[in-house]
Parts: sequence; structure tokens; C-alpha cells
Amino acid sequence: MSQFQLDQAPTTGDEVISNYTINFGPQHPAAHGVLRMVMELDGEIIERIDPHIGLLHRGTEKLIEHKTYLQALPYFDRLDYCSPLAMEHSYVLAIEKLLNIEVPIRAQYLRVLFAELTRICNHMLNLGSHILDVGAMTPTLWLFEEREDCLNFFERAAGARMHMAWFRPGGVHQDVPLKLLADIADWLDTRLPTLFGDAMSLVVDNRIFKQRNVDIAVVSKDDAVRWGFSGPMIRGSGVAWDLRKSQPYDAYAKMDFEVPVGTRGDCYDRFMVRVEEVRQSARIMKQCLAEMPEGPVASDDRKVVPPKRAEMKSSMEALIHHFKLYTEGFHVPAGEVYVATESPKGEFGVYLVSDGSNKPYRCKIRPTAFSHLQAMDFMSRGHMLPDATAILGALDIVFGECDR
Amino acid sequence: MSVVHSAPKFASSDGVLEALSKALGPMLVSAKEEHGEIILSVVRDQIEEALRLLRDDHQYQQLMEIAGVDYPERAERFECNYCLLSLTKNHRIVVKVHAAETTPVPTVTTLWPVAGWLEREVFDMFGVIFAGNTDLRRILTDYGFEGHPFRKDFPLTGYVELRYSEEDHRVVYEPVELAQDLRQFDFMSPWEGAEYVLPGDEKAPAAPPPPAAPAPAPVKAKAAPKAPAKKAAAPKKPKGASI
Repeated sequence: MSQFQLDQAPTTGDEVISNYTINFGPQHPAAHGVLRMVMELDGEIIERIDPHIGLLHRGTEKLIEHKTYLQALPYFDRLDYCSPLAMEHSYVLAIEKLLNIEVPIRAQYLRVLFAELTRICNHMLNLGSHILDVGAMTPTLWLFEEREDCLNFFERAAGARMHMAWFRPGGVHQDVPLKLLADIADWLDTRLPTLFGDAMSLVVDNRIFKQRNVDIAVVSKDDAVRWGFSGPMIRGSGVAWDLRKSQPYDAYAKMDFEVPVGTRGDCYDRFMVRVEEVRQSARIMKQCLAEMPEGPVASDDRKVVPPKRAEMKSSMEALIHHFKLYTEGFHVPAGEVYVATESPKGEFGVYLVSDGSNKPYRCKIRPTAFSHLQAMDFMSRGHMLPDATAILGALDIVFGECDR
Repeated sequence: MSVVHSAPKFASSDGVLEALSKALGPMLVSAKEEHGEIILSVVRDQIEEALRLLRDDHQYQQLMEIAGVDYPERAERFECNYCLLSLTKNHRIVVKVHAAETTPVPTVTTLWPVAGWLEREVFDMFGVIFAGNTDLRRILTDYGFEGHPFRKDFPLTGYVELRYSEEDHRVVYEPVELAQDLRQFDFMSPWEGAEYVLPGDEKAPAAPPPPAAPAPAPVKAKAAPKAPAKKAAAPKKPKGASI
């Protein structure tokens, strides 16, 4: 420790205060999971942070290599458990890219609709916990109410509140009832703007909230690019980069929405980018609901998409296809693709290597949190210890995804 | 083949392959465009120069990912895939190098600070050494972990398991003990040529298969993914005719 001692150390009486190291986590309510950060402090000023990750490493990528393509899908729900459908989205698109299979238009709309609902759901949690980390309680509880609504919609669509496994290669697993779409439309018009508006009115102009966030961890455009930022992190730094806009997938090309960007690149900007994204997501969802056509919700390629149960009662071929698809699974042509989508946290990519068999040869997952957390050191240098929680809150980290 | 999938569409790759191949010159080993992805293989020792050229002269500003892949049958068994993104050209490419356990790959932390953790992860999972990376510690595995878990010869179950020991009042490592065998199901169609002798089929000669009429697929049979070439080449078992 001695080499870090300052020449002119601040003193209290006769006692010399030198640099010291503290352990933030691995169990800390503001660490958003199992993160251990070794912090070197000079008094209350952060000198260096060494994040230790991997405490939630489950070897997902290795497990996927031992599963068929369809069996591997539910692992993606368990990566970023706050935005599960966004994780599935990259994976099914990667498979579809290798297979070059067409997805019916209704399935594309349903995917976009629920991907945006996932984004709202994720931001409710992140904005809420960010606010909580800097000391406010009430908005969090209000936002959780809306998150609960989102989870109820997921349950009605897929049967599960969090681990949906609803996006499938070739489409989605099941169509949604008409009443659900009507209820979502109703929710977008009534509960979401009211509750969200109320919660945000408490924080966005709040003096204490601004004191905790404005000018904290300013990241320039160049730094954001060099550190591999994506999503709200790069937009907060003023780069108008959104994969939904620039590299549209599914029905995003037909959607009309705006990409919010920050001006200063601090924690407050990143927060406000997410606040605006919620409103834009609601806008996309309304368009989806208005334009969604009738039709099939999954490709009719029976070598990839299993037949419906009713069909199996009368058709021998349907029965055989069902059996083969749920035992052997489908084969994917050899090759490798990197497919990245705009998850609520940033660019979530899947590098999928196929050897032509029914199992992925290698499935590398590109988590968003990995590069963002790596920048934690340079972002927090020179800030106070309590700022670390604000910076971490604005990073939007979930360890299921970071550690895989 | 026309593109019918709905995966992310970035800027057109027309002419990019030729332009980049020309620019890389002798650094390039091979280049191909497959499934809409441009994949450039470069000489291992020159990866840093190659990526610097792509970043500075060809506007690939962001390094999004370094994906390691293990091919144990190759002499240089590891592949490092650098996924680059151009924010200005709205384009993605993949740059590839090959490496063995003993041949270090030059670090690219000099170009992008984000490469630090990405290289640490490839080192941790595969054991690829990155020369020049000053912080090449393990990142995802436990403190004091041995081995590189994403290698193909590392078993799925691992070698050790953890438990809390009441006697020692701490967490202890023990060799992994499975209550039953790890189930690895083989669902590949036997009639498409299993690579082993089927039970009860020992006496069956490797006779040429009868021209079995394939079951008519209901829709879009021609769009179905073909079985891989190595499967088709294997002798077909006569059993297939009855299915």
C-alpha cells in the first residue's frame, strides 16, 4: 500500500489517512447482482476500480453446444433476465440468417411489439433501481407497478412471466388472443403515460436527483466509440446510433420513431435517453397494433417449424415432423454469422458457428454489460464513492448477461 | 440465393470484399463472403496492423466482440474472430486469426481499450495468449481455476465441484462425482447414416441402399435445409426404406 501514499496526506489530528482499498460487493444492493469491485480510494475519491466479474458464470455457451438449436433457446431468457425476449431475438435471427428462412409478416410485427414491451419492462426496472440507488424510494415503487403490468402481458402471450421462450426460429410460438392486443392498446393509452409521467415528474427536475447525476461520469463521443459502447450508453454521449434504425430487422423498417441522444454524456443524459426511449417504444407499439395484419405467426417450412397440435391429430406427416423436430431438431447449413440487435441495454450479439449438424458448433454471446462494465474504471476515476452507485445504475447491468 | 430472412440489414457489401482484400494486401490469408457476412482471415502476427488499417483508413471504428472458437482437429486449433462495426458506413465485417496454444496473438488493446476484457475472456476460456496485453488475468472463471473450459476437450461437467464443508467451515473443491452418467442423447437419424453400428444391425452388409422413395414433404420441400454433405456420403442403411 505504501507506494500509493500521498506526500501531503490529509490529516485528522495526528493521524495520517492514506489510500485504502475497499471491497464493493459481491453482495451489495446497488451492485445490481453479484459484482465485486475492488476500489482504491483516496479519502472518498475513487482512484481505481477493478471489477471482478464471473460470479454468475454458468457456462451458457458451453451448454448451448450440447443442445439442439431449439433446446438452446431458453438459455437466452436466462441471460438478461430483465429483458428476456430481446435476448431471444438475436438468437432466432441468427438461426434464420443461416437458414435463410422467411418469417411471416404477422410474426415480425408480434416480435417487434413484444420486443418493445420488453424494452419498457427493462427500463422500468433500470430507471427505478437507478433512482433508488441515488436515494429516492417512491418512483421505484410506481415503476414496478408498470413492470408488473408488462409481466402480466407476457404471461398472457407466452404463459410465463419472465422466461417466455416465445420467439422461435421461423416466427413466434403461439398467436396472441385479440383481447390481449386490445388490453395492451388500452394500457398504452391510459396506465403507462399516467404512471410513468407521475413517476418521472418526481425525479427529472428534482434538485437532489440532478445533483447526484449531472456531470457525473462524462463520456465523450470518442471514448464511447473506443470503449465499444452501444445502446443508451453511446446515445447518451451524443452518437445517434440505434440498430433498430440503422440496421433494421423484422418490422422495424416500417416503424416511425425517433432516436433520443444526450448532449453532455453524463449519467443524467443516459437516464433521460432511457426515459425518452420508453415513450418511443410506446409509439412503436401503437404502430404495431394499428398495422398488424392477420395471418400465420410462424413459417410454414415444416423442416424447421413444428406443426400445430391439431394438425397432428389427422396428418401422419405432421406427426413425423413433430417427432423429428423435437428429438433430432433441424439442421442448420454450415457457416458463421454475427447477428446483433438493439436490446434495451445496447448491442446484444450472437456469433453463431454451425457445422451443418443439429447443434450449434459454437455460440458466442456478445453481452452489452461486458464492455460497459469495463469502462467503469475510467468513468469513475476522480469521483466520490457514492457516485459509483449512480454510475453503475446508469450503466444498466445485469449479471446473468455479463457473466453468461 | 435471394435473401428472405429478416435479420438486421446493414449497408450493401458490394465491392467491399475486393476493396478490403486489396487494401490488406499481403496481410490477408483468405477472404470470403458467406451468409451475407464478410470474413477476412489475416496473418496472425499482423493482426494489429490489419485492424489499425481497417480502423483508420476504412472507418471500422468499433470493435464489438472477439469470439474464440476451438477446432481441435486443426494444427492451429483456435480461431479469434474480431467483429468490427463501422458507425459511419453502417457495415460489419469479421476478421479472423488462427492460433495454437503456444503461438501468441498480438494484442489490440493498443487500438481499442475495450479489447482488454475481450482478450482476457478468450484467454480464460480457450487459453489463447495475447502478447502485449498487460492485464491477462482470468475473468469469468473462479479464482485459482485450472484449465480452459470452452475447449472442445474440456468435459461439460468439468473436473471439480464445490460444496460447503461443515468440518472446515469453508467452501471446498472436490473431484466431480456424477450420480448417473451425463446423458448425451444422439438424435441423429440412423437412416441418414449413423457413424456407429446400430444395435442388432451388426450383420447388415454395407449394401448399397435401395432407391427409397422419399416421403413427400407437404410444403416447401426444396427450401428445407439439406443434411450436411458428410452425412449424405455415408452408406444408407436399408432400414430407411420402411420409414
